[in-house]
Amino acid sequence: MPLVTRAGFAPVEPVDFVAADAAAESDGEGVGVDLPNHADPQALVALFDRIALIRIAFPSSSDGRGFSLARRLRQLGYRGRLRAHGHVISDQFRHALACGFDEVEIDEDLAARQPEAHWRVSGQPQRTYGEKLGRRPVAPPSE
Amino acid sequence: MYRYDEFDADFVRDRVARFRSQVDRRISGALTEDEFKPLRLQNGVYLQLHAYMLRVAVPYGTLNSAQMRQLAMIAERWDKGYGHFTTRQNIQFNWPTLKDIPDILDALADVGMHCIQTSGNCIRNITADHFAGAADDEIDDPRPTAELLRQWSTDHPEFAYLPRKFKIAITGSPNDRAVTKAHDIGLRMVRNDAGEPGYEVIVGGGLGRTPMVGKVIRDFLPKGHLLPYVEAILRVYNLLGRRDNKYKARIKILVHEAGLEDIRAQVEADFAHQMAAEGGPMVAPDADEVARIAGYFTPPAWDDLPEEDAGYMAARAADPVFRAWTDVNLAAHRRPGYAIATISLKPIGAAPGDASAEQMRVIADLAETYGHDEIRVSHEQNVVLPHVRKRDLPAVHRRLREAGLATANVGLISDIIACPGMDYCALATARSIPIAQDIAQHFSDPDYARTIGEMKIKISGCINACGHHHVAHIGILGLDRAGRENYQITLGGDHTETLAIGERAGPGFDADQVVPAIERLVDAYLALRDGPEETFLMALRRLGIAPFKVALYKDGEHDRAA
Repeated sequence: MPLVTRAGFAPVEPVDFVAADAAAESDGEGVGVDLPNHADPQALVALFDRIALIRIAFPSSSDGRGFSLARRLRQLGYRGRLRAHGHVISDQFRHALACGFDEVEIDEDLAARQPEAHWRVSGQPQRTYGEKLGRRPVAPPSE
Repeated sequence: MYRYDEFDADFVRDRVARFRSQVDRRISGALTEDEFKPLRLQNGVYLQLHAYMLRVAVPYGTLNSAQMRQLAMIAERWDKGYGHFTTRQNIQFNWPTLKDIPDILDALADVGMHCIQTSGNCIRNITADHFAGAADDEIDDPRPTAELLRQWSTDHPEFAYLPRKFKIAITGSPNDRAVTKAHDIGLRMVRNDAGEPGYEVIVGGGLGRTPMVGKVIRDFLPKGHLLPYVEAILRVYNLLGRRDNKYKARIKILVHEAGLEDIRAQVEADFAHQMAAEGGPMVAPDADEVARIAGYFTPPAWDDLPEEDAGYMAARAADPVFRAWTDVNLAAHRRPGYAIATISLKPIGAAPGDASAEQMRVIADLAETYGHDEIRVSHEQNVVLPHVRKRDLPAVHRRLREAGLATANVGLISDIIACPGMDYCALATARSIPIAQDIAQHFSDPDYARTIGEMKIKISGCINACGHHHVAHIGILGLDRAGRENYQITLGGDHTETLAIGERAGPGFDADQVVPAIERLVDAYLALRDGPEETFLMALRRLGIAPFKVALYKDGEHDRAA
């Protein structure tokens, strides 16, 4: 299960993910939350301080809901790590980064078909029309 | 018109290189067919019935002569010597081979053109009034806004994988020539009580299987708020639009099912969030960039001319063919002594919207010599020279006649919109082009056509309605009835600011019965109208559909199997 970041492929570190409603009940810090791409992010706002990582599901590379959900989480003030999870292809990496994701978690099969080099090309910084029109970064990259 | 700067040019080259890489990775297996398909479509490459089709973007229908000549070269070198202008102001090549496509894209890039986002579930080419910057009824020029939207929507990171395609149209004139109410977003440039420029924002219009008239989501949006506001609409749509059924995935269905009030509340909430963000909305072009874009659309260097020109008047008096063409194909220009000339791509018996490479070159030459180097493509599949001195019109007309481009039928019964239909399209259930040809042939007498007056016939070869039949005065929809082509007729549609969806008249007709059916409708209209000033649509609105239905079905002349 490789994790793709701007730096390249890395192994996925173990995180215990919980659903959004379970996150509300836990009182711990550093929670990881699994979100389906149709979730309403508003419910999470009160928990932002306690959430270390939100992972948004991409059931198919043709389903772009996750991009808007990420954008909305950032708009609501979420500053923690944001991960796209599932069927995201290397050509979409730059889109994911531009929408506020920090990283993408893909399966072994996809990583074998689309090796690190493909993701590096996609993730390279480039001038976009958005920047030309004054688009600011969605969120500062998390630590 | 807008000229590509270094950034635009680099962007297009980069995009071609990216697409080459995607094709290579599809071949190597790095991309599966399902993964590759949206990438292919977003680069304008369709797989059609017989071959690949390449759809070239003509942003808001604006071209110069060099671009038109390049399209002619592409048609000759990589296609069968012609191209097809579409209802979205684009041009399609129907016969390229897949291996040539990257080279065609390079040839397009040489003249600042591309195929980006002409297909796929993304924001498509922005369309606008084809008379922009020329029409005498214009409040504001829509092209700077259209160009701003083009840049904003190109490779937008958030909106490349929407539930379905998304079309935006804009008009700067109260007489809506851009069909704004039949688009996912329609923008009408307006002024508020204080005289400040802004937009009326219309959402959820569309044709297709479920035609809907767009609804006003915001009466007045200040000009500077446009990008955050459309971004809010797109975000709400991307998150909530249906993805379970592609035929229910357009924003019109979301607006219909959720209700306008609910969607408006969500859009306004997102918009308010953006506006309240620290540092303002995330996408906010600075005034310099907006001014830079607008600077490309300053009017050409007009001549100071009297309204009427003696040579032009003399030519009109001497040549009835020229006079007929000027009566029908010209529109009022904002400057004295100028006219807007529409070149009909509907010669009798030809496929609507087709132009040969030679014809494209003639149009390019005329634009360069007489038309301030500007060409427009209209959604009615004609080509427009927006700025022609009246004194040059006789010379323009002479050259058009030689090239078979002087058909005087703009807005008349033979100026038919037709989709490619079963002759080209994999989705079609019936042929469209031969029906258009039959009707044009039948009503080919110019005097008869002028007697009938303004008449919009539009033909679609399947329920996806690419031929806009829903908004035709007489709409024709080709279906398949147990292996037999059958044509349904709708009446009373309207594609202007008073947009209306036509009403189905009754059972359909066999292909060879369509012309007689149209003739019965025309005869009924001519018998029922108050006078030549009352157009077909006006008569239909006054009398209702009933007398026309009676005429249509009086002898039981339709396919009873339907």
